[in-house]
Amino acid sequence: MTDRNQVLAKVKALIEPFNKKGAEVTEATRFAQDLEWDSLTVLDFVANIEDEFDIVITMNQQAEIENIGQLVDAVGQLQG
Amino acid sequence: MSDLFSKFDPLIQQRETLLSTGITDPFNLVMDRVESPTVAICNGRRTILLGTYNYMGMTFDPDVIQAGKDALEQFGSGTTGSRVLNGTYQGHKECEAALRDFYGMDHAMVFSTGYQANLGIISTIAGKEDYIILDIDSHASIYDGCALGNAQIVPFRHNDIDALEKRLKRLPPEAGKLVVLEGVYSMLGDVAPLDKMVKVAKDHGAMVLVDEAHSMGFIGEHGRGVAEAQGVMDQVDFIIGTFSKSVGTVGGFCVSNHPKFEILRLVCRPYVFTASLPPSVVATAATSIRKLMHGSNKRAHLWENSKRLHGGLKKLGFTLGTDEPQSAIIAVIMPDLEKGAAMWEALLHEGLYVNLARPPATPANMTLLRCSLCAEHSAEQVEEILGMFEAAGRSTGCIG
Repeated sequence: MTDRNQVLAKVKALIEPFNKKGAEVTEATRFAQDLEWDSLTVLDFVANIEDEFDIVITMNQQAEIENIGQLVDAVGQLQG
Repeated sequence: MSDLFSKFDPLIQQRETLLSTGITDPFNLVMDRVESPTVAICNGRRTILLGTYNYMGMTFDPDVIQAGKDALEQFGSGTTGSRVLNGTYQGHKECEAALRDFYGMDHAMVFSTGYQANLGIISTIAGKEDYIILDIDSHASIYDGCALGNAQIVPFRHNDIDALEKRLKRLPPEAGKLVVLEGVYSMLGDVAPLDKMVKVAKDHGAMVLVDEAHSMGFIGEHGRGVAEAQGVMDQVDFIIGTFSKSVGTVGGFCVSNHPKFEILRLVCRPYVFTASLPPSVVATAATSIRKLMHGSNKRAHLWENSKRLHGGLKKLGFTLGTDEPQSAIIAVIMPDLEKGAAMWEALLHEGLYVNLARPPATPANMTLLRCSLCAEHSAEQVEEILGMFEAAGRSTGCIG
């Protein structure tokens, strides 16, 4: 498994507890539109991602991240 | 052509649904006359005010009013100018001197509102390569200060010391960092653990800004706020405050001991590109601030009021924002907006005004009836207020 796939698997696992609707989760899944997360859910989820990968994702960066694939890319870059 | 206003349709719809029930619009109340810091005539009815930020009841203080009248006559109705051009009068300097004395700090800068103080200071001191680490429940003016500037914004969970520390640890050690906290968070009336958070921030090389808007005049031995009460005043780099709460007029400020602080007067856009406060306003503010230095009896009475209301509401069965009273704000948590609006209206009919607070201003999408006490509320008034809450709570089914 490549590094990217490992990150994707971990991200998907962290999404699971917040995926109340049981929406299908792919790289194209969007946080706001598909998962219908509000700002508080986003805060909790981002905090978990930050703790898992030992990174900080600023609000400026979060604004650019709409779907799961983009998040995986951002995590890869921030771990760089 | 697309209507730029269509983005507001969901809110317009929500408002129409609520008002179609015949309920009084909670966001359109008019005070016809104001009798005192605690009583006004609203919709023709005598109403006890429990939803103002007039914590120390200074709005009708005779010395404050006289100072305003004198300044109005001697200096005119307005300055018609920016602080850096023709808008600095002797009164603005006296007001800044009063603030330096009140806080025991070297520098004070007066803005036209508290909102502009946060907007100006935060957007100016944190640049593109710097980080602002802020509590997620921060006031809109703090977020807007972040949005106006270019810094990297890092939020952390409300009042969570570990969450703050974790984020500080992960940021580049050499980067400029500003930790932004509030003394009292105005929606639930809870206090920040500044003693621990300021230390964590300092341990990681960050500067600290604390907004003490809702604690000035009331919390701390000299009324300097939560940082004073928790013994960390000397480690706070910037305190932001307002004249529109305990001081009893309008305006905002920042006080600091930073040796280069005065340069902000030339580079802070929300300070430079707006008109300064009218002479009567700074005169009332300066007089009020100096009187607040000696307000320990009023502070003690306000604490009694806060404890009495908190204990009484809890006993009646209401769900409150904090387990113990931590400030002059007591937030009653409502199950939803409809119930909250019904309870708000029932209280108004009883003759009591409180704030109806709703998302996005509130944390966790809560609807709140926010009560803020005044040092001029008598013990009897607080008992009367509790009676009104009991009657309104029963008639709306909020309590059994």
